[in-house]
Amino acid sequence: MGFFIETLIGGLMAGMLYSLVALGFVLIFKASGVFNFAQGAMVLFAALAMARFSEWANIALGGDSLLLANVIAFFGAGVVMFLVAWVIERLVLRNLVNQEGATLLMATLGIAYVLEGLGQTFFGSQIYAIDVGMPKDPVIMFESLFEGGVMINKEDFIAALIAAVLVGVLTLFFQKTPIGRALRAVADDHQAAQSIGIPLNRTWVIVWCVAGVVALVAGIIWGSKLGVQFSLATVALRALPVVILGGLTSVPGAIVGGLIIGVGEKLSEVYLGPYVGGGIEIWFAYVLALVFLLFRPQGLFGEKIINRV
Amino acid sequence: MKFRSLALAAAIASVGLSAAVFSPDVRAQAKEQFFPVLTGRTGPVAPNATPWANGYVDYFKLVNTKGGINGVKITFEECETAYATDRGVECYERLKGKGATLFQPLSTGITFALTEKAPVDKIPLITAGYGRSESQNGAVFSWNFPLLGTYWVGADVAIQHVAKQLGGVDKLKGKKIALVYHDSPYGKEPIPLLQERAKMHGFDLQLLPVAAPGVEQKATWLQVRRERPDFVLLWGWGVMTATSIKEAQATGYPREKMIGIWWAGAEPDVKDIGDGAKGYSALALQHGAEPNAKVTKDILAAVHGKGQGTGPKEEVGSVLYMRGVVSAMLAVEGVRKAQERYGKGKVMTGEQTRWGLENLNLDDKALADLGFAGVLRPVQTSCTDHMGSPWARIHTWDGKKWNFSSDWYQADQKVLRPLVMAASTRYAEEKKITPRTPEQCKQ
Repeated sequence: MGFFIETLIGGLMAGMLYSLVALGFVLIFKASGVFNFAQGAMVLFAALAMARFSEWANIALGGDSLLLANVIAFFGAGVVMFLVAWVIERLVLRNLVNQEGATLLMATLGIAYVLEGLGQTFFGSQIYAIDVGMPKDPVIMFESLFEGGVMINKEDFIAALIAAVLVGVLTLFFQKTPIGRALRAVADDHQAAQSIGIPLNRTWVIVWCVAGVVALVAGIIWGSKLGVQFSLATVALRALPVVILGGLTSVPGAIVGGLIIGVGEKLSEVYLGPYVGGGIEIWFAYVLALVFLLFRPQGLFGEKIINRV
Repeated sequence: MKFRSLALAAAIASVGLSAAVFSPDVRAQAKEQFFPVLTGRTGPVAPNATPWANGYVDYFKLVNTKGGINGVKITFEECETAYATDRGVECYERLKGKGATLFQPLSTGITFALTEKAPVDKIPLITAGYGRSESQNGAVFSWNFPLLGTYWVGADVAIQHVAKQLGGVDKLKGKKIALVYHDSPYGKEPIPLLQERAKMHGFDLQLLPVAAPGVEQKATWLQVRRERPDFVLLWGWGVMTATSIKEAQATGYPREKMIGIWWAGAEPDVKDIGDGAKGYSALALQHGAEPNAKVTKDILAAVHGKGQGTGPKEEVGSVLYMRGVVSAMLAVEGVRKAQERYGKGKVMTGEQTRWGLENLNLDDKALADLGFAGVLRPVQTSCTDHMGSPWARIHTWDGKKWNFSSDWYQADQKVLRPLVMAASTRYAEEKKITPRTPEQCKQ
């Protein structure tokens, strides 16, 4: 029983991290109707900026204060992500207003390759560390209740907490602020939003900036866990079943979807894996998402699209 | 119209000229030995594959500073595979026509794909420390050269080391040994040998695959925590290795009980983890980090010292950089040996180079002359043994650098040989290959 609880908790915490990446997809889709294939590349780009700025700031400060170096690097990387958002809007999105969704999707695919290449050109393709002081050793709890206790990874726990707070803040931002409402209006209909005076271009820059900040936080957390390198871009693939399951337009969907996928893949790997040769967690997550789609094609919390003729 | 015609003519002329310049005949006349370089400088394994490529290329530059191979200048061209099999095959197809001497794919997946192409094109494949383990049998795999060691050698040595740690082979009985492996042809390679050893010694082998690229391993390490194996063998590559060590730390599994294969035992795998990886050991494909080797100093002086270095100066002598240097040296010595038979100072074809590679005899003196004293043990190949040396040792991360922590181990041929023969015979039957006879070998 202790092991089952441990796997469950591990899955929930991994799921929270998937939610964080999935949130990037949801934010941009909600605000612009674009499925942003470049979200993984944005995570990599932001993490590379953070890691290298932190390293350079630390050297400039004489290695005295890692905390200060990290704060400088965080704001530096934030500015970089703002510039990325601005350039994407100016060079790509502005020219594609009212184009087909597939065109915009292909454009983000191009952005992904450009960001991956540019990121490694500017910041290097080695493995870089992000040291934000995350504890690496586990704690064992409930030893009196279960043999061997229940192990909790402190780093994952803190990361899950940060993710949860960020998700909460973004939910409030979307639901309660005028900018959030404007973003949702733009997502519903570009032309209608423009006709009532919502500035489309500025709105897109804002939402790509917010997605950039989410990518930065995800990049810091995942980069601290894995080291910052090219494979970070593949983390986005872990979030795809989450958005399929949770729905592309729902922030709560990204959270619940993330948790279900996280728990589902860990339990499946541990309990089903040995019967089918193991290594199933990645594709099993998609199986889980597709099963949900059979019953709710719009995802768990997605908006049902009804076209009247 | 006139401009378009001119542009078209210029384009056709330049294509024709470049084809002429890069044709094998022109290279032969210019006395240039061409080595294609398949690299993984981008993609999921870039941090590990880049030092390899830098070392590989730097060694060629070093040889050229010494006048080439008996006066034949080395030329090379890189082609980026990003560790993807399809791109590797594409690179092979593109570069083979330029007079390729041999290929080193640096990927077991690409090696599997090229193994059937190489005999048709008569181009040798060197897979030093990777590739198909049964390709040691040169009678069947005439064009494959898994020089210095295969994954079966690695697995055998790892089990010998575990036995030594436990106090003897008899102590393996009833023990649990887990293999955490990259779920790919590379990661699956050691399984037959480990199963054989498990049968022989009565230990429980647990197989735990990790889906590529290996960024998510929580479920795997939860299973390790539940099963508490006595040792974990790690067949990781790229991001997988560092993630495994971090997960071991996060689940409280002792790093001292982990042994990685030689592709999971370099600086990029551990340096960011620092003390967290302290005690983690890995096999060394004979060499480790070799900052004091003569060849390292030669490269620093003659290549980097002249501003010709390929990568950062600091990586010269690191584990994977040295793997690249050693791989290039084996290729160069194959050509040099071939020249002994087919003409000193001449450009060798792939077929002639194959003869050189299967008649390599690098003894201690030859290695010392080349600057590899203390780096490698003697390498001697034959028509039927394309591996040339079954030795490996262990090195351990102390939090800052790799240090050798064991004596040499020799893979047990009594275990290896039947596996190699059975698997290669099966392959020969499947592909309808008639193994070369001793007479054919002499030709």
